[in-house]
Amino acid sequence: METPAEEVANVEKKTLVIGVIGADVHAVGIRILDYAFRDAGFEVVNLGVMVSQEEYIAAAVETNADAIVVSSLYGHGELDVRGLREKCIEAGIGDIPIYIGGNIVVGKQPFDTVEARFLAMGMTRAFPPGTTPETAIEYLKKDLGVEQ
Amino acid sequence: MSNNLETTALLCDFGSTYTKLTVVDLDKEAIVAKTRVPTSIDTHLEDGLNAGEEELRRQGVDRIDARLACSSAAGGLKMAVSGLMPELTVEAATRAALGAGAKVWRVYSHELTPSDVHELNESPPDIFLLTGGTDGGNKANILSNARILKSLLKRSFPIVVAGNRVASAEISEILSDFSPVICENVMPRLGVLQVDAVQQAIRHVFLTHIVNAKGLDDVAATLSAPLIPTPSAVLEGVSLLSKGHGESAGLGDLMAVDVGGATTDVYSIGSGLPSEANITQRGLPEPFAKRTVEGDIGMRHSCRGIVKVAGEEAVLSRTGLTDLELEAGLDKREENAGWLAESDKDKRLDDSLAYFALKTALKRHAGQLETAYTPFGKTFIQTGKDLRPFSRMVLTGGPLVALDDAPALVGEALADRDQYLLPLAPRVLVDHNYVLSALGLLATWRPDVALRMILKELSHE
Ligand code: B12
Repeated sequence: METPAEEVANVEKKTLVIGVIGADVHAVGIRILDYAFRDAGFEVVNLGVMVSQEEYIAAAVETNADAIVVSSLYGHGELDVRGLREKCIEAGIGDIPIYIGGNIVVGKQPFDTVEARFLAMGMTRAFPPGTTPETAIEYLKKDLGVEQ
Repeated sequence: MSNNLETTALLCDFGSTYTKLTVVDLDKEAIVAKTRVPTSIDTHLEDGLNAGEEELRRQGVDRIDARLACSSAAGGLKMAVSGLMPELTVEAATRAALGAGAKVWRVYSHELTPSDVHELNESPPDIFLLTGGTDGGNKANILSNARILKSLLKRSFPIVVAGNRVASAEISEILSDFSPVICENVMPRLGVLQVDAVQQAIRHVFLTHIVNAKGLDDVAATLSAPLIPTPSAVLEGVSLLSKGHGESAGLGDLMAVDVGGATTDVYSIGSGLPSEANITQRGLPEPFAKRTVEGDIGMRHSCRGIVKVAGEEAVLSRTGLTDLELEAGLDKREENAGWLAESDKDKRLDDSLAYFALKTALKRHAGQLETAYTPFGKTFIQTGKDLRPFSRMVLTGGPLVALDDAPALVGEALADRDQYLLPLAPRVLVDHNYVLSALGLLATWRPDVALRMILKELSHE
């Protein structure tokens, strides 16, 4: 959404749909991710804050996205992503990788159990607090088959 | 910008039932003659125009220096649109078509099916708008739709393509038999609505193909400005009224409602962005000049559509009519577009139909404010336009302006707001002489004169 007008879509680029899910208004992190992903050569569709599951999916279908990156800071990520994978399957993009990161649960919990819960809900990868954009980019390149 | 060479202009509105002619004296800035003649689909539309001009001469009009025309004859500009996701390209395509003055007859999302194409063969639209995918985004969908059109379409009608740029070349090859008009994507990037290019293409096709097909070519050749669909004329008029022209200020953010016999059109001119910082806007960006159409809501041909949405009970209780009286009243209205209410009961029914039409159509046009209850308290989400601060509401449409007290109905219709962001306290301006579409037409050619005349017409109170 924030691409300058003169920048035309590049077919070779991998497209990421990103946004902060649910009623979460933490707007800073997603801007940084947007910038970092673009810088790393991705096409980014940034939906901003307070993004519903349906909005991620509609955007991913329309833009033929290669991955969905969900950010959640306020601790309610678990409630917010429940059912997202099932809806993707319904919409015909069941195989799309979905990443989630930020502060995805309330307080400090052992991350391996947290991760297991998110993977069980169909997330492709779940990241602990403090994960840098660089780490996310490394995984994206690997998962999407981008040559390094 | 007075031009002494041209002093009288004839404004023709080719409607599906009547051709309305209005003569304007450009120096006096006044309507000097008006007449209407039946529009006959059997004969050339020009014959009706000639008969009308004859009548105007009898009324004393001795010269006509310029002609302007709009048309909704033969069903108006009937369009079918297709896109990928209902809330994205499908919505964008629909808005573009409505803003170009079309009647959106069918809306298809995702893949077109053989039965969809069958429907198009049975009842071909004037224009098909094919969209889908952002630039560089999904192209499988629009390509598959182009292919199914190519293989199953037996009728030929103009196809405007405004989808994923990357698929354009392939589409123009697939659809080469239909000479498609390829234009810029209606949604080049996600959440970006780009309606100008599509609307220009639609207007162009309207002029080159549709006008010929509907027997308007001879008329079009004598005009001082391009012939446009009638709803575009109204949109031009209300946009001018809102924005002003040159030194003359407009009235600012405003709405207009045209409750006609067959449809109810609602217009809003203004951004309608959230008015408070704690409100987040969601959904597609809204067009500054927005038009929505309720195809099932009108006071004559579509009167049953009103009763259906309002509920028969509500109409009976408001009018005090019996079941039988209501039935008879609806029959009369359905059969005769030009029918006028005279008895008390008929007036009460018209009044109620107008009330429910306004209430429904205004709500469907307005944005909504939802409260999201989060674990941390309330937040607000706005979808669509916030019309609360819009200060004027223009009423037009034959059956509506004929009512004794249309402004009171607006007040009532707006009272029951729920989550809808309807104007809070608009001043209601009534187009008593029903000339807004004619003057909107004039706005395309002499905006200065048109603005002053519209202002004068609407301040009759
Ligand atoms: C600023 C802030 C706010 C501001 C936000 C302003 C705005 N519009 O952006 C306001 C005041 C509105 C706010 C409100 C709330 N906040 Co606050 N807020 C913060 C604060 C101080 C900084 C956030 C920030 O901008 N960081 C800077 C950016 C660059 O970092 P980031 O957001 O973490 O994002 C980076 C990484 O996390 C990572 N990342 C993010 N997403 C993803 C996704 C993936 C896949 C990956 C790999 C990486 C990744 O990359 C980003 C870039 O480097 C944090 C504490 C903190 N220091 O982090 C609390 C914090 C996030 N807020 C918190 C809370 C609880 C709230 C409220 C619920 C408070 C309340 N009770 O009202 C509300 C929630 C409102 C809502 N509906 O969202 C908690 C969350 C606790 C939890 N999850 O367990 C925090 C952690 C504070 C705390 N320690 O308690 N907050």
